[in-house]
Amino acid sequence: MKYNSITAIVAGLVVVSTSAFAGEDSVLTIEGQEFITQAAAPAHMENVDTIYSGWVFRTDETQALEMDDFDNPSFVFVEQAEELFETVDGSAGKACVSCHESPEAFAGLRAKMPRVNDAGELETLPELINGCRTERMGAEAWKWSGGQMSGMLALVGLQSRGDIVDVAIDGAAAPFFEKGKELYYTRVGQLDMSCANCHEDNYGNMIRADHLSQGQINGFPTYRLKNTKLNTIHGRFKGCMKNIRATPFKEGGEEFKALELYVASRANGLMVETPSVRN
Amino acid sequence: MKLTTITFVAGATIASIATADTVAPGDVKFDEYGAVAASLTGVAGDPANGRKVFMNRKKGNCLACHVNDDMSEQSFHGEVGPELNGVGDRWETAELRGIVANAKMMFDGTIMPGFYKDAGFNRTLKKFAGKSILTAQEVEDVVAYISTLKE
Repeated sequence: MKYNSITAIVAGLVVVSTSAFAGEDSVLTIEGQEFITQAAAPAHMENVDTIYSGWVFRTDETQALEMDDFDNPSFVFVEQAEELFETVDGSAGKACVSCHESPEAFAGLRAKMPRVNDAGELETLPELINGCRTERMGAEAWKWSGGQMSGMLALVGLQSRGDIVDVAIDGAAAPFFEKGKELYYTRVGQLDMSCANCHEDNYGNMIRADHLSQGQINGFPTYRLKNTKLNTIHGRFKGCMKNIRATPFKEGGEEFKALELYVASRANGLMVETPSVRN
Repeated sequence: MKLTTITFVAGATIASIATADTVAPGDVKFDEYGAVAASLTGVAGDPANGRKVFMNRKKGNCLACHVNDDMSEQSFHGEVGPELNGVGDRWETAELRGIVANAKMMFDGTIMPGFYKDAGFNRTLKKFAGKSILTAQEVEDVVAYISTLKE
C-alpha cells in the first residue's frame, strides 16, 4: 500500500515534468527588447495559474521568425499599411495622416482594446478604423478580415508592441466580460467543445500535429505559416468554430466582440506581440 | 423522369436495408455505467475498416487525441486523451462501444465527442446538422479494431 502511494507520487512528478512544453524556457527578444511570455494569471481566471504567450508553444523555427522584424513576414503587410496610412481615400479627400500625424500616435492603444466607449458600446480596433473611414474620410468600410484591415491592425498594434496588456473588465465592461466568459465555456458544434476544453484544459498537449496553446490573442493580427497572411482575432475565432463543426458567429458581431474582450483580458499581464508569427 | 424514379426506388431500398437492424442514435441503450451491450447494427465489426476510420481525419480522427502504438507509421499522435495501447485488455466490448458512441455517458464533462449522437448540439454547421460523426457500422468497426489493441 505504502509502495503504491509512493509510486503514484513519483508518477505524478514525472507527468508534471514531461508536460512542461518545449518552449517554456525560451526567451523572446525582439529588436533587443525582452518580452514577458509567461506571467501570473489575472485574478479573474479561476482555473489557470500561469498565462503563456502562444509563442511559447511554437517550434524553434517559428519562434525565430518573430524575433527579427526582417524575418517576420508580417512586416510586408505593415509596410503596405504604412502606404495606406498616407493614401487619400473617400469623398472628404483625406488620408489617415490628415488627422493622425503618424502611426506612432496610436502607441498604447492596442494594449487596452477592446474597450467600452462613452456611449456604453463595446468597441474594437477594426471598428475604430472603419469609423474613421466612413465618418471622417467618407470612404468605404474595409472588410473585417480583409488584407487592408489586417495590415492596418498590424501597423496600429505594432505601436503598442511590448506594452503590458491591460484590458478593463469592470464597470461598463462587466456585462460584456460576463457574456464573453459564458461563450468561452459554452460547448458548440457537432464535436461539442468549448474554447476551454482545448485552451484551458489541454494547453501544452498535442492534438495530432498541433501543439495546443492557451489561445491568447495578444499577438494578433498574427501571420500564420498555414495560410501565409495576417489573421484577425475574429477570423481566428471563426476558424476555430468551423473546426469543431459549429456555425461561426459573425465577424464584428456582438458575440465575437464580447468573446474578444473576455479572451483579451485573459492575457492581462502578458505583452502585446503584434504582429506575431504562428503556424 | 424515368431515371429519377429508379434512383428514388434504389435510394429507398438502401435506406430500408440500413434501418432494418440499425439502432438510431437517439435509441442507443446505455447502462448505468455508460456501456452499450447490444451491437448497433447486428453486423460484426470489421477491424480493418475500423483502423482506417480511427486514423481518418474526417471520420474518427481518434489519433488526434490518443497515442496508439499500432499506428507507429503515423507521425503525429495526440495527447489529449489516454493512450490506447492495451485498451482491449482493459475494457469490455460493451464499455468500448458506450465510450465511442457517447463518452459523456461514462465520463461526465469529458472533451471527447459523442461519435454516435445526432441531436442536442448547439449551432452545428448545416452540413453536419442532424447527423452523427460516424455511422452505426463505423462505430462497430472502430470498437472491433480497438478491441484488438492488447499489451
